[in-house]
Amino acid sequence: MNTKSQADASSGPPKGIGPMQRREMWLAYLMLAPTFAIILMIVAGPLLANFWISVKPVQLADLRPPTVLVNERVRGRPKAPGDEARLEYRLRNSSQDEEIRNVTLSDVVPEGFTVTSHSEGCSLNGSKMTCDLGMVAPGWRGDVELVGTVSQAFLDANRPERASEPVITGDANNVLTNFEFTFENFSRIFSADEFWSVLRITFYYTIFGTGGALVLGLFAAQLLNTAFPGRGVLRGLFLFPYVSPVIAVAFTWVVLFDPFSGTLNALLTKMGVIADPINFFGQRAIEFSFLGIPMEFPLALTTVIAFEAWRYFPLSFLFILARMQSINTDMYEAAEMDGATPLQQFWYLSLPQLMGILSVLFLLRFIWTFNKFDDIFLLTGGNAGTRTLTVDVYEQGFALSNLGAGAAVAVVVFVVLVTFATLFIRFSPKEEGL
Amino acid sequence: MKPGSIVLVALTGLIWGVTAMVVIGVTLTLVTGDVALPQASAAGLAGLVSALVLVWRQSTGHAGAMADRGLSAAVLFVVLIAASFAAPFGLSLGQHTLWQGLGLVLFIVGVAGANAICLSGAQLGAMSRYEREVVYIRIAKGIGFVVFSIIVALPFYVMIMTSLKSQQALLANPLDLSIDVSQGISGLFRSYVELFTQFNFGRYLMVSAFVSVATVVLTLLFSVPGAYAVSRLRFPGQAFLARSVLLIYMVPAIVLVIPLYAVFSQLGLRNTLTGLLIVYPATTIPVALYMLQGYFRGLPSELEEAGLMDGLSRIGVILKITLPLSLPALASVSLYVFMIAWNEFLFAFMFLDDPDIFTLSRGVVSLNSSEVPRQHLMAGAVIATVPVLFIFLWFERFLVQGLTAGSVKG
Repeated sequence: MNTKSQADASSGPPKGIGPMQRREMWLAYLMLAPTFAIILMIVAGPLLANFWISVKPVQLADLRPPTVLVNERVRGRPKAPGDEARLEYRLRNSSQDEEIRNVTLSDVVPEGFTVTSHSEGCSLNGSKMTCDLGMVAPGWRGDVELVGTVSQAFLDANRPERASEPVITGDANNVLTNFEFTFENFSRIFSADEFWSVLRITFYYTIFGTGGALVLGLFAAQLLNTAFPGRGVLRGLFLFPYVSPVIAVAFTWVVLFDPFSGTLNALLTKMGVIADPINFFGQRAIEFSFLGIPMEFPLALTTVIAFEAWRYFPLSFLFILARMQSINTDMYEAAEMDGATPLQQFWYLSLPQLMGILSVLFLLRFIWTFNKFDDIFLLTGGNAGTRTLTVDVYEQGFALSNLGAGAAVAVVVFVVLVTFATLFIRFSPKEEGL
Repeated sequence: MKPGSIVLVALTGLIWGVTAMVVIGVTLTLVTGDVALPQASAAGLAGLVSALVLVWRQSTGHAGAMADRGLSAAVLFVVLIAASFAAPFGLSLGQHTLWQGLGLVLFIVGVAGANAICLSGAQLGAMSRYEREVVYIRIAKGIGFVVFSIIVALPFYVMIMTSLKSQQALLANPLDLSIDVSQGISGLFRSYVELFTQFNFGRYLMVSAFVSVATVVLTLLFSVPGAYAVSRLRFPGQAFLARSVLLIYMVPAIVLVIPLYAVFSQLGLRNTLTGLLIVYPATTIPVALYMLQGYFRGLPSELEEAGLMDGLSRIGVILKITLPLSLPALASVSLYVFMIAWNEFLFAFMFLDDPDIFTLSRGVVSLNSSEVPRQHLMAGAVIATVPVLFIFLWFERFLVQGLTAGSVKG
């Protein structure tokens, strides 16, 4: 038995980890700990919290927990030392529909005020006063009074009752932390007619925005692939839309496309291209008939998609250009010798080489476009048929003040996203190193 | 003579004539403020004829190339003037003579040059598929340069010019994007002066700078040790970690906003810069960690091993060997994180209510109301954009590296 285990031990390399490796492991965990902590707190935590909030009937106003508000003042107008005065605390429950339990009021009696009698439930310990008010009903109002005499010091001081702030404690139901659940948020968002149109618009926006940015990027990369003077300047210029702050470029587009004072509409109407100004960001659809069939062209959505393609083409441009510069030119020389035309060279040589980076870019941009909130919010505010899921989160949670419903939409966003991310990991080509 | 070749050459001239006329006509309108009616059909005809003349001369090959081009340009001029009845831009010659003359010269040079470049080697006789495709591609590229330059530059041009106008001038003629020098320097920059004196933009600028720099510092403090651990140390779960970092930046900010808003409101962190400085690094650390670990992996580990052998601790190795070697990566990560923090809108918009701690993004949004004139909004946009563009142009090499290396959050 003994000899056998010895033989086992000597026959192979040591199993498990040795002390040095263990030290290295702990060092690694230690170095990663801060990153982990902050990501758990700010990313993973909120993700889970979303699920929690989405099944709770919580409104924006519920974030301010109900408390007892207190207002302290001196009554009785004392004139000389020894005069009687009353110190009055007026109390009010801030909530009209939540009770508050175990309410206590504590305060330091101002200097120079000698207490002679006080309200029931209060006790004095030196100059410290504590009152136990028990449970207060929703919308309750009441007061606590201290009667006493004043000294010269009290009269001299400027508003002596302000010297210490009264402190209120109490327990109230916090709708965020109790165990009351509801599925009303989900039933509300799923039963609303607009939800399905929001979902459809989200997919239109995502697919066409991503596609537009990729096609523009591919075209721009073709332009700058060959060396010529001024290429560096143009490359810098082409990146402008991407590096500028979103507020700046979004508002510029709004100003540029404005129906009344916008340059573009003025140009088109004055030159006689269109009769009336077009409200690019405000008009839901243009009706026209094609072969006698009435059709609608979603104008605002198209403009928003154009903005998306314009703002993010530099990113795909940069990646595609980097990939194109790394393609070996021998191949093209050989193809040239064999008589391949430029378009054939692009179609049969360049494009297959670019397929990897194009699919990675498509997947990444697809997810990021799906996640995009700022652009549409700033351009149209989600009106005129441009409300995507992410804008709907804001709309439900903050514009309609229903945090629970907003979180429910956020859960939908997250579920769709997890589906995409799974597909992304499953199908992403490994050799592009992303 | 092949009809196919003739059509191709004619089409080239037509496309360039129309494009150049529309672009120059619109530019003329924006520069002068008077509506030009670019005579596109006349210009197309002129371009067409001059292209045919050019290729005809080329095919017969009597004179030198310069003479051919000169003749083609002369034909272009004559046909344009004749077909547009001496008003190529739809303006009488008396109006803005200088600008019109300049536009005409630009048109002649542009169209003749574009034709010459696109059609060099072309002929009216039979052309092979290869030769034809070369012409297509030259046209497509040429149009591409024009279109891309315009769509990228026009919004920025409009942004700057609008910010320099007065309210009346804007309403009176939205087309006039010229600089009105008569109002003097103070009149020209009135919007900027008002933003800084009445709208507190100096403070917003400071807050934005502070928040962005602090975000960069915090991000580096967190991500440098993390990236080092992921790239150099062996521990269970290393591969999983390196991959899952990427997943973090697919989480949309809007999904985090509601819970963070709720929790930060209860903790009293919502309307504070501390709150922002907790959220911003959390969103940038994964990107920074990913970019840095890629760079650290590329450094030769022998250097660090030598350091360890000579008695340096791990911390010493990181501080004295790894970091000095990875300065370029640190620079691009810092610039990139700075840009994200400077441009960030959603959290600033949600969290900040107090005008004393507005960041620039939040400040510019507050200008978007019907009471504030448009040129103030555009001036705010310029103020927010200039620092970022300046940094970008100054450090473009680093940034482009960073953008491609980190595969970038959008």
